Amino acid sequence: MTGIGIAEKPRPQMGRLREREAPWKDPAATAYIRIERVSKKFGDFTAVDDVTLDIYRGEIFCLLGGSGCGKTTLLRMLAGFEASTGGRIFIDGHDMAGVPPFKRPVNMMFQSYALFPHMTVEKNVAFGLKQEGMPKNEIAQRVAEMLALVKLEEFARRKPHQLSGGQRQRVALARSLIKRPKLLLLDEPLGALDKRLREHTQFELVNIQERLGVTFIVVTHDQEEAMTLATRIGVMNHGRIVQVGTPHEIYEFPKTRFTAEFIGNVNMFEGRVIEDEPGHVLIESADLGGRIHVGHGISSAPDAAVWAAVRPEKMILAREAPRERFNAAPGTIREVAYMGDVSIYLVQLDSGRTVRVTQPNTRRHADGAFTWDDRVWVWWHESSAVVVTE
Amino acid sequence: MVHTLSLLQRRFGITGRRLVIAVPWVWLLLFFLIPFLIVLEISFAHTRLGVPPYTPLWEWTSEHALHLSLSAANYLFLARETLYLDAFLSSMKVAFISTFFCLLVAYPMAYGIARASARWRNTLLLLVVLPFWTSFLVRVYAWIGLLRNNGLINNVLMGLGLIHEPIVMMQTDFAMYIGIVYSYLPFMILPLYSNLEKHDNTLLEAAVNLGATPFKAFLQITLPLSLPGMIAGSMLVFIPAVGEFVIPRLLGGNNTLMIGRVLWDEFFNNRNWPEASAVAMTLLLVLVLPIMIFQRYQAREAGAGLHR
Repeated sequence: MTGIGIAEKPRPQMGRLREREAPWKDPAATAYIRIERVSKKFGDFTAVDDVTLDIYRGEIFCLLGGSGCGKTTLLRMLAGFEASTGGRIFIDGHDMAGVPPFKRPVNMMFQSYALFPHMTVEKNVAFGLKQEGMPKNEIAQRVAEMLALVKLEEFARRKPHQLSGGQRQRVALARSLIKRPKLLLLDEPLGALDKRLREHTQFELVNIQERLGVTFIVVTHDQEEAMTLATRIGVMNHGRIVQVGTPHEIYEFPKTRFTAEFIGNVNMFEGRVIEDEPGHVLIESADLGGRIHVGHGISSAPDAAVWAAVRPEKMILAREAPRERFNAAPGTIREVAYMGDVSIYLVQLDSGRTVRVTQPNTRRHADGAFTWDDRVWVWWHESSAVVVTE
Repeated sequence: MVHTLSLLQRRFGITGRRLVIAVPWVWLLLFFLIPFLIVLEISFAHTRLGVPPYTPLWEWTSEHALHLSLSAANYLFLARETLYLDAFLSSMKVAFISTFFCLLVAYPMAYGIARASARWRNTLLLLVVLPFWTSFLVRVYAWIGLLRNNGLINNVLMGLGLIHEPIVMMQTDFAMYIGIVYSYLPFMILPLYSNLEKHDNTLLEAAVNLGATPFKAFLQITLPLSLPGMIAGSMLVFIPAVGEFVIPRLLGGNNTLMIGRVLWDEFFNNRNWPEASAVAMTLLLVLVLPIMIFQRYQAREAGAGLHR
């Protein structure tokens, strides 16, 4: 598969960006796609609300959010299918205002794939080049290269209805990449595939993106998809960008309750700040039935209501009370779910709250394992919890 | 009832499902197949004076033999007499041109309705179907009122001073085509609409996203995908238009030769039932062919699953 000359000239910056070369941390780097205070209103409904985003060349940027959060509308504005009601969009320095969709250097892979049912795979893929009036032999060569890239050479003469879901997805990808766009928009690219195929396709997608050096903006409601694909994730809620960060930042350092709860599982403990020092915070939490000690400072009003978020895999189950005075509570195991690699425990704390704890199954034998109605202590390290204020 | 049914089921294998299917079969048998066979029979008979005005195909002779006489004369006459061939060809031409103009007028209308907001769509469809609530003849006569020399159109044009003498429109091919296109338009609009309405708008977005202007996207996506609707509508217009009789008679000139008119003249003026039946059978054969082609196309399309 190597040596497919999709990009004729070596590009200045190829491949998926690793965090260590993160341009978003470099103040001198210029954004490739700049979304400036963009809004979209449909009548009284605000679908996208004052969004500002900088996306850099070679990124896979995921817009993540539930249905109706405005992520698809934002994508459609980038493609030019919807006009923004406020703000501006720049692609590679060019203001996109008034540029019709057929003149934008942007291609899109649709959620439904939108393959042309009356055309063969070949014709579907060639469609974009045909519109440019490219000579036929050149089109044929480019289409052959692209079909090789997505491993669909044998299916060139088939019609879309003669293909499986995964094959259709690859036709859609090939068709959207054939014009070598500066920016590829992907609307739930893996949404219609079954779980096994998704995982496989996910990595394939990243591979192709790395090879071609195209910038991807992916819309998804699936946090797992976003985590594995993205260089950065923009979490959206009610038309606003709630948080932008690398998958690691989003997961480990959520800034809001929404982010923490939307991505992965989390145990939330409501409480009052009773001590807020630069090095630590102490929270009195009735939810936990004790005090929470967090190893980082926050700047909050004293006595403010806050939430401490703790991921299930960062909680520890023990038979004995831990030495720490904080971040621990006794409880009773109510549910156990054996998942193979991990087990999930639902523990009812003495405060009445039920928490979710995940423990890796490091040993093969089940002797001495926690089970239903065991009295246990749940605790976590002071670095494990994150305080969110909204 | 239940008892009777279960009894019938046990005795004769008659089930509720079969009974339901039997209704359309019986209908077709009584009102299509039997009349068809009668016409077929007459087409092989000779004409005679009397009631019925044709000779029977079979009779018992005095020697107790079944005397069967099938006359191909009517068909041979059809082939020999150029009047019939001319009438067939002329009817085909009229039907073809009418279908073409129907398509031309109906496509933008169907497209417009399919693209209209859901609130308007039903109203617009109703407006298309509304003329059917008036008698067909009344509508054709209304066109006479519009087109004749001292009709509405000429009066308005003369009143505005655009013309000084009335334009002769009645008794011309122009008036006939207007009448046919007007009368058959809904048959073209409805199948086209039902096709266009199912189109997935994201296909057009995908085409535009790949660099096609909206017009090129229409030509490359919408038009080929609406082909089944165009064919269905064209069949619905073409087939009855070939046999059209009333509109050419009322609006068209006397020299427009139509097979429907020939058929009428044979039946009612010449009282030559066998010849008229032969014309009808030939017409049926000529028209069944395109229908069969159409059905094969439809079957192929259904197999291909053009619309997910």
